[in-house]
Parts: sequence; C-alpha cells; structure tokens
Amino acid sequence: MRFGVVTFPGSNCDDDAYIAVTEALGAEGVRLWHKDHDLQGVDVVILPGGFSYGDYLRAGAIARFSPIMQEVIEHVRRGAPVLGICNGFQIACEAQLLPGALLRNASQMFVSEMVTVRVENAATRFTNRYTNGQQLRIPVAHGDGRFTIDDAGLQRLQDDGQVVFRYVDAGGRPTEHSNPNAAMDNIAGIVNARGNVLGMMPHPERAVDLRCGSGDGLALFESMLCAVAA
Amino acid sequence: MTRFRVAVHIVPRKGILDPQGKAVADALHSLGFGQVHDVRVGRQLVLEIEGDTSQDVSASVRAMCDKLLANPVTEDYEIAGVSPA
Repeated sequence: MRFGVVTFPGSNCDDDAYIAVTEALGAEGVRLWHKDHDLQGVDVVILPGGFSYGDYLRAGAIARFSPIMQEVIEHVRRGAPVLGICNGFQIACEAQLLPGALLRNASQMFVSEMVTVRVENAATRFTNRYTNGQQLRIPVAHGDGRFTIDDAGLQRLQDDGQVVFRYVDAGGRPTEHSNPNAAMDNIAGIVNARGNVLGMMPHPERAVDLRCGSGDGLALFESMLCAVAA
Repeated sequence: MTRFRVAVHIVPRKGILDPQGKAVADALHSLGFGQVHDVRVGRQLVLEIEGDTSQDVSASVRAMCDKLLANPVTEDYEIAGVSPA
C-alpha cells in the first residue's frame, strides 16, 4: 500500500502528509515531484496543502497544469483514489476532478484554527472508519476556503451523498458561526460522483496524534488503507 | 504578424458572494454615492501578443480565458480592448 505525496513549488504540508502516512499510519510513502510524469506505481495520490505557485492567478490554477497533474488525472480516470487537502482541494477543483471552486474566505481573513466537522457520509473509501454524524476536531489553515458551486451542482452534491464533511458547532449544528469561511451549506469536504476523489479544507494530516491536539484525522488515512486492501 | 496589447477584465460572476465588492459598495454608500447598486472587485490582465488580426488575437485570448485565466465556475471575463502595442 503506497501513498504518493506530490510536492509543488509552494507546497508546505507535503512533509506533514508524508509523516502522517509513514509514521502515524505505518504505510509506505513516496515523494512525487511536480515536474515528473511518473506516479511510481502508488495506490493513492495526496495533493497536499500549501500555496502552490504562490496562489498566483487563483489558488491551484497553475499547479493544475503541472506535468504530474496530467498523470494524476489519468490515475483518477482509472478509478484510483486521490486525496486533496486544502490547496490540494483547490487544485482538484481547478483540474475539474471535483465540482465547484474555493473562493476567498468571506471574512477576507486567513483562518488558522481547530474546527469541528461532522462526517456526513461514512460510506466512502476515505471515511469508512468513521460513522455518520461523528464529529471530528481537525484544524483549518486557509485564506481561500469558501466552497462555491451553482445551485444545480449543490443539489447534486446533496442528493448523491457527495458532501462528506460539514463545519458544525460543538452541538453538531451546521451554524454560520461554525463555518470558518462562509462555504455554501457549511461544506468542508466533498467527493466526486465516482467516489475516488476527496477534497477537504481541514488538514487531517495535522490531526494524527494527540500531541498535535487531535488524533481524529488518522482514521481517514486508515479508511483508505482498508479501502485499497479490500 | 503584428504585436497587440489586450486588456482582459475578470470579475466574480453576478450572484456569487463578493465580500470585497460589497464592502466597497457599502463604503461608497456611506460617502453619499447612493446611486451605486452593485460593485464587484476583480482583476485586469494586460497581455502583449502576436497575431495577424485583432479578431485572431481576441479568439486566442478567449481560449486562454476559458482554459486558465478565468474560473468558469465563478468568474466572468470581458476582453476590454485590443490595440496595436
């Protein structure tokens, strides 16, 4: 079971993701370079957080055309899994691997804090070690996290169980106050229709050990392990 | 081939929440410019580009906008001017 972690110029959570899969999860990690055309036979690709290409033009807009992304798009076409975290979510949307877009937080402020998200679909290959309605403490750190999509697209996400995580308050309610960026419908993470691409703004790789404040993100990586092993 | 200078305006699509535009509209209202209905804050790109005619150049820039420069989900663009550079 091999996890590939892509490094783009400006990625800054690639180390965290690599450590999460190797040390916390105990799986094999493979470093992938944005200029390469070779995924080195990995089972899962992780597009990590950061500021690829300085977020120039739009977050993820330039990284989406890097050589490795052409291979990642092929990997997705084969039905293989991709996890996009934060900037990786933005890149996946720009590459149209996921619907919608991530816009500047409505507050116009960068948010860096622990948030609570609720698992809305525990039947995905990324969330099968959680239960529906389970609340997770996972940090966010982003300036452009306001998930936005047209009405028809939002309806499809809701109807088809593609909303995987929502921002909620401590009581489990998706309130305006618990939504750090004014994302539509409090959406923190979605999967594509085929279920093999997950994009999420919170950073599960920063929540794999109680020493970093929460271990709630580890089960996301364990879920992928189960899904690929199954 | 002639060198052209092309200006492209890219703005958040109408109906998409644009907090920056709203803040500017509120500021204009407070300054007495009550006639302002809507403000959207976007960006302008200026390209210098070779082409045979301004029509060719416009077509190329439209392709660039569709592929990279504008986000088809959230932004509208307008080629605001094509002139010899």
